[in-house]
Amino acid sequence: MIVFILCFILFLVGLYGLITRRNLIKIVISLSIMEFSVFLFLVLIGYIDAGVAPIVDLSLSDQIYVDPLPQAMVLTAIVIGLATTAMLLAIAIRLYRKYKTFDIREINQLRG
Amino acid sequence: MNSLIPIFIIVPLATAFLIMILGKFIQGFQKTITPLILLFLTVLSFYCLLNNYSDSYAVGGWEPVKNIPIAIYLVMDGFSILLLTIISLIGFLASFYSISYISKFTSENNFYALLCLMIAGMNGVVLSGDLFNLFVFLEISVISSYALVAFGTEKEELEASFKYQVLGGIASFIILFAIGLIYWRTKTLNIADVSTLLSSQQANIFDIFVQILLISGFGLKAAMMPFHAWLPDAHSSAPSPISAMLSGVLIKAVGIYVIIRLFFNMFIASEEIAILITTLGTISMVIGVLLAIGQWDIKRLLAYHSISQMGYVVLSIGIGLILMARGTRPAVAVLAIAGGLFHMVNHAVFKGLLFLNAGAIEHRIHTRNLKEMGGLSKDMPATSATSFVASMSISGIPPFNGFFSKLIIIIAAIQAKFYLLAFLAVVVSIITLASFMKFQRYAFFNKKEYSKTLKIKEVPFPMIFSMAIMGILCLAFSLLAFPGVREQILGPAIDVLMKTGEYTQTIIGM
Amino acid sequence: MKGMSIIVKKVTQLISGIIFMYGIYIITHGHLTPGGGFAGGAIIAGAYILLILAFGSDAVNLRSKEKGSSLIESLAIFIVLLLAVFALFMGAKIFFANYLPKGQLGEIISAGAIPLYNIFIGIEVAAAIITIFLALVIFKEEAKK
Repeated sequence: MIVFILCFILFLVGLYGLITRRNLIKIVISLSIMEFSVFLFLVLIGYIDAGVAPIVDLSLSDQIYVDPLPQAMVLTAIVIGLATTAMLLAIAIRLYRKYKTFDIREINQLRG
Repeated sequence: MNSLIPIFIIVPLATAFLIMILGKFIQGFQKTITPLILLFLTVLSFYCLLNNYSDSYAVGGWEPVKNIPIAIYLVMDGFSILLLTIISLIGFLASFYSISYISKFTSENNFYALLCLMIAGMNGVVLSGDLFNLFVFLEISVISSYALVAFGTEKEELEASFKYQVLGGIASFIILFAIGLIYWRTKTLNIADVSTLLSSQQANIFDIFVQILLISGFGLKAAMMPFHAWLPDAHSSAPSPISAMLSGVLIKAVGIYVIIRLFFNMFIASEEIAILITTLGTISMVIGVLLAIGQWDIKRLLAYHSISQMGYVVLSIGIGLILMARGTRPAVAVLAIAGGLFHMVNHAVFKGLLFLNAGAIEHRIHTRNLKEMGGLSKDMPATSATSFVASMSISGIPPFNGFFSKLIIIIAAIQAKFYLLAFLAVVVSIITLASFMKFQRYAFFNKKEYSKTLKIKEVPFPMIFSMAIMGILCLAFSLLAFPGVREQILGPAIDVLMKTGEYTQTIIGM
Repeated sequence: MKGMSIIVKKVTQLISGIIFMYGIYIITHGHLTPGGGFAGGAIIAGAYILLILAFGSDAVNLRSKEKGSSLIESLAIFIVLLLAVFALFMGAKIFFANYLPKGQLGEIISAGAIPLYNIFIGIEVAAAIITIFLALVIFKEEAKK
């Protein structure tokens, strides 16, 4: 139970950074931290009591393994998170060259 | 090969990779192959639509073990094939239009490859029968659209793309969290298996929490109020064929389609959630059109009208869900769902046509402000005629297709005794008409305001061809209202949504 | 940008080969131990990025390297798709099936087509990360001039 509360605290740290920070790069890092909290939550769902890592060893016959499906989901989701972060950083660098600042209060051309 | 389903995913993916490899060596390769491939997909999807092709395909060939499905399933039934047709058709017309529009940018290879990737992702979302597979294809199409919105790399486009990306990233995080919670409760990811397991257990507070998370996540992708903040910036700053694709297809295929599929076929319909969905649709409809009246930028005006028309579709689907949850009057529920799906198909065509017109105007005059245009109807006759057809369609004037779909939605609302919703739908339609009268007058029929030294001719042939075909389709789709044609095309879609048992039978039974 | 001091350059020359071999080990044993295509590809990309950071971008012709890695990335992902489509013609004729013979549990050459997928996905992920890094460095270089 306490591990789920720690995942939630990590999510809240990311959310705080996303809302209160003005620098573009800090917004990108906070979004990454929020996504990592969900990955931790997904891996912790698959835990079965007294289970070991799901690598098959034929010498020990009735062994309890933890659930490998959430681990496969998290591997794919990590790659998707990499693509999202790379895309955000490329746009942030180009924004710096056009607006000469990273401050989101200056970047407000579009209104209405 | 014994099934047509994997073709819809393999072909656009292979085209995107081939364009990246061969585009550096062969000139003009990307311009010819993308419209050809999308035309092939359109013809194939029309063939499946008219033959009522309904099948499920297990990727990898893994058979169910002890009656538990363990493979990833791709399912094509009446509802998916309707959306596949719209995606391929609007994609083909937009890529044909962009043969002459995109030639002013430098890296055309990247544009066509990203367009094919976006279409492959949307096809995957529509065909998927597995929750995590849906999430992966959703991310493929949405990340391609982030790159396409920022394609021109001007100041406004980069800022709009950044806002879109941060909000879209939060939505994807919420969707992944909800998928994790569903897996925790039912220990399976297959949509049909989740529906059988959820229907045999008691509904508790956990299910309601998951449903609200899914409405928030997919509602942000579908641009419902109060999650609409990214749409005016992103859709007005993108290049015009991409605006037509985003507003015409993307918010339907990854937003509205998934909400309909999950809430009709996976969860048990409960009345509180259905009332919540209907309320969100009504708020989108009313506030979208009120915000659109004061706009002077043509593409921002069209983007706000997208929010309003999506509100119509969600309102109608919500009425159908309320009636199904109560279990009374199935005939009116069928009518409401038919109106919603018909309006979704119509909106793809006329909103795509309006964005292509706005692109044609911008291509010649280089401005988007309505106060600086005027008198274009003499110089650009094809653009003016098709824009008139599209404006009449969206306002609901007979004999164009918008009239019939709005009429079905209002009749369904009156028959279900929701008189306030029917009244609001009529009022919003009148305000939409006023807004488009303003658009037509200032853009086409006023005195000339722009500088006389610009020589305004008609736009090149590929752009006229796409706009003319869409204008003809606006008239042709109004035939869908007649009972004979409606049963053939919309009937299978409604059957699949109302009878959940048949959907699970298609996957687990076969 | 200029490179770093001579100690960093010599140590990087020695270590980057070992990192490259470690990445190849993780890729090829993907069906026996944790890892596989994604993780191994990221490690191989790390070896190349370490070299570019230590020697400075003045010593490398960045544009030709970026064209090369972009081409390798597209080619590798196209071969992965071809491998999956090839399953339509052999054996059970289902997309993405596992059609090569499966050997014994625990050997390197076993588990059908999975080691082939791991190798090509590893090449693709490494090339993709290198392309992203080179594109951002080229953009920064142009801004300075």
